[in-house]
Amino acid sequence: MMRKLRKLASVVVAILREIFDESAYQRFLARHSLASSVTAYASFLRESEQARARRPRCC
Amino acid sequence: MPKILRVLLWVAVSLLGAFSLATIALHRGEQINAMWLVVAAVSTYAVAYRFYSSFIAAKLLALDPRRATPAERLEDGRDFVPTNKWVVFGHHFAAIAGPGPLVGPVLAAQFGYLPGTLWIIAGAVLGGCVQDFVILLFSIRRDGKSLTEMAKSEIGPLGGFIAYLAVISIIVILLGAVALIVVNALKSSPWGTFTIAMTMPIAVLMGVYLRRIRPGKVLETSLLGFILVIAAIFGGQWVSQSSSWAAIFTLTAPTLAILIIIYGFAASALPVWLLLAPRDYLSTFVKLGTISLLALGIIALRPTLHMPPITRFADGTGPVFAGTIFPFAFITIACGAVSGFHSLISSGTTPKLIRHEPEARMVGYGGMLAESLVAIMAMIAASVLQPGVYFAVNSPAGIVGQAPEAASAVITNWGFDVTAAQMASLAHAVGEQTLFNRTGGAPAFAVGMAQIFSNTLGGQAVMAIWYHFAIMFEALFILTILDAGTRVGRFMLQDFFGHIWKPLGRTSWYPSILLTSAIIVNFWGYFLWQGVKDPLGGINSLWPLFGICNQLLATVALCVATTIVIKMGRARYVAVTLIPQCWLVAVTFTASYHKVLDSNPRIGFLSHARQLAAAGANGRLIFNDRLDAAVTSALVVMVAMILIESGIVWLRVLTGRTAAQVKEVPFVMTRLAAEEQA
Repeated sequence: MMRKLRKLASVVVAILREIFDESAYQRFLARHSLASSVTAYASFLRESEQARARRPRCC
Repeated sequence: MPKILRVLLWVAVSLLGAFSLATIALHRGEQINAMWLVVAAVSTYAVAYRFYSSFIAAKLLALDPRRATPAERLEDGRDFVPTNKWVVFGHHFAAIAGPGPLVGPVLAAQFGYLPGTLWIIAGAVLGGCVQDFVILLFSIRRDGKSLTEMAKSEIGPLGGFIAYLAVISIIVILLGAVALIVVNALKSSPWGTFTIAMTMPIAVLMGVYLRRIRPGKVLETSLLGFILVIAAIFGGQWVSQSSSWAAIFTLTAPTLAILIIIYGFAASALPVWLLLAPRDYLSTFVKLGTISLLALGIIALRPTLHMPPITRFADGTGPVFAGTIFPFAFITIACGAVSGFHSLISSGTTPKLIRHEPEARMVGYGGMLAESLVAIMAMIAASVLQPGVYFAVNSPAGIVGQAPEAASAVITNWGFDVTAAQMASLAHAVGEQTLFNRTGGAPAFAVGMAQIFSNTLGGQAVMAIWYHFAIMFEALFILTILDAGTRVGRFMLQDFFGHIWKPLGRTSWYPSILLTSAIIVNFWGYFLWQGVKDPLGGINSLWPLFGICNQLLATVALCVATTIVIKMGRARYVAVTLIPQCWLVAVTFTASYHKVLDSNPRIGFLSHARQLAAAGANGRLIFNDRLDAAVTSALVVMVAMILIESGIVWLRVLTGRTAAQVKEVPFVMTRLAAEEQA
């Protein structure tokens, strides 16, 4: 039971991290072999700006 | 589980669904519990997902677990990323769920809870879910191509161009309609206006915090933003009780409209990280939390529905919007049943994240079922209100009058008891000066939601806090759509202008940014202004126009899907997409006919223009009606053209004059399954 609950919680956290772009930032850091910093985050924002700005939000 | 048990389980679920549907459909003269709607919906969704979606997956689409998806083949860690199916589901749901499934059912509740509820359930399982699922899969098989690109490659250049125009039109009209909902919710409400005004500096603060102090910690930043927004709600109560501050934040509808137009322009032209992205995060955070809370509140409280199943306004004389159940209930509830806008999401980010083809079923079909359930909850929130209160809040001054006593008398005459004292007491309980003539759906939804929440948690003492929480939640949603929609529209215009003069297509060139932002904001701002100045409240004209646009886009999406199905050589299963397409054609074309040519001035734009002209009204009001008629007609003509063009393609393929050739990317064997097993 506890194992199932832990798995559920990890899935929920993974969903939230994806929705809130934290996973995308981690992938960016891994891809460019960078540590998280103000400069790295600014580069990530620059790289993802086009995709983020074109993302439609439904009614 | 043994097969016999599984069969018995599904028989039991089906019987439960049928019994619940019969209960909500056949009960007359006595009130029923809201749980009947929930059980009817959930049972139908379960059966539809288990059987209908698996039939579509196996027979129509032939989902292939061995086929590599673009997320695998084109993986770049940025746009194309193989992602866990539950994560994609959450991501997709967060993108498709907006204020539409909340507002549409509230407006359609004027017919009673029954027509809207049946449409939400049937429309979703047979239309909306099918559209989202098939478009998602077809986009996956075309490397994540957009709807307009698929229309161009599968139907023809004209089809692609019309799909492009339909998308631009729906964005403009959607933004005008939803901005009007915010204006109607915030006018003369210092508490609500202060809270929403505060979300802007909060978003900027979040943007700076995220970029400078805690880079990448979005969840933490969103939680911080949420705490600040809650503080703003409490601050709003103080503002509303302070005579000097209340005067500053008590704004008229035209002033609010101007401020929202300026905000839309700024949000489109400012850097994404400063305003758009943090607002999007904050809105999503509040949205997911509040929808979960509402579901828990309904289950915990199990409220009684006070709205009758069918009201006298089934005859088309409704005060919220004029028109009979067919076709108007079906265009009023778009999101929650069938929404063309979803096809943009299903052919946008989502197809680039799907790891295995069979997962498209859960994300596409299942995601829409979840949104449909949100619409059912909105219908419940509207129907728990006393009908007299519902009509007092949702009826425009042009129909019931402005004076509370006169409005109460009109509504009581309709057979729905309400008194001015009762409304004054309710307005006091939610911290507003008045709740009469608060058209648009948002205030009625907020009152219903506040009743459910306060009866579950905190009692009447905190009803005002819950009401303003609900208003904040809806306005935050809507302003996020204004930001995102204006920016998406700006990019589409820049893409188009780039074909005429290259520098205009450069998305980072500031003159182009300012020009295209101004064009898009002017377009939707015009519709907003028109709604604000409309003596009938604006929603009467704008929401049906938006519904027609949205369903016409769904018609285009299903038309693309039907074309691909025929080209795939699966014409024997074409009814899956063709029947909802034909239904939408019938609904949208009939609604358009009525909105343009109906002789009743409350329905037809042209007859209303004639009535205004005869009364010597302002020329601008007459022009607005004619403009709405022209926009509706142009959209119908465009969709008729795409139907004709695709009909020709279908005939050619079915008669063998053209080879059935789909534009899918070639089959590549997946490596992910083997890697996951290893």
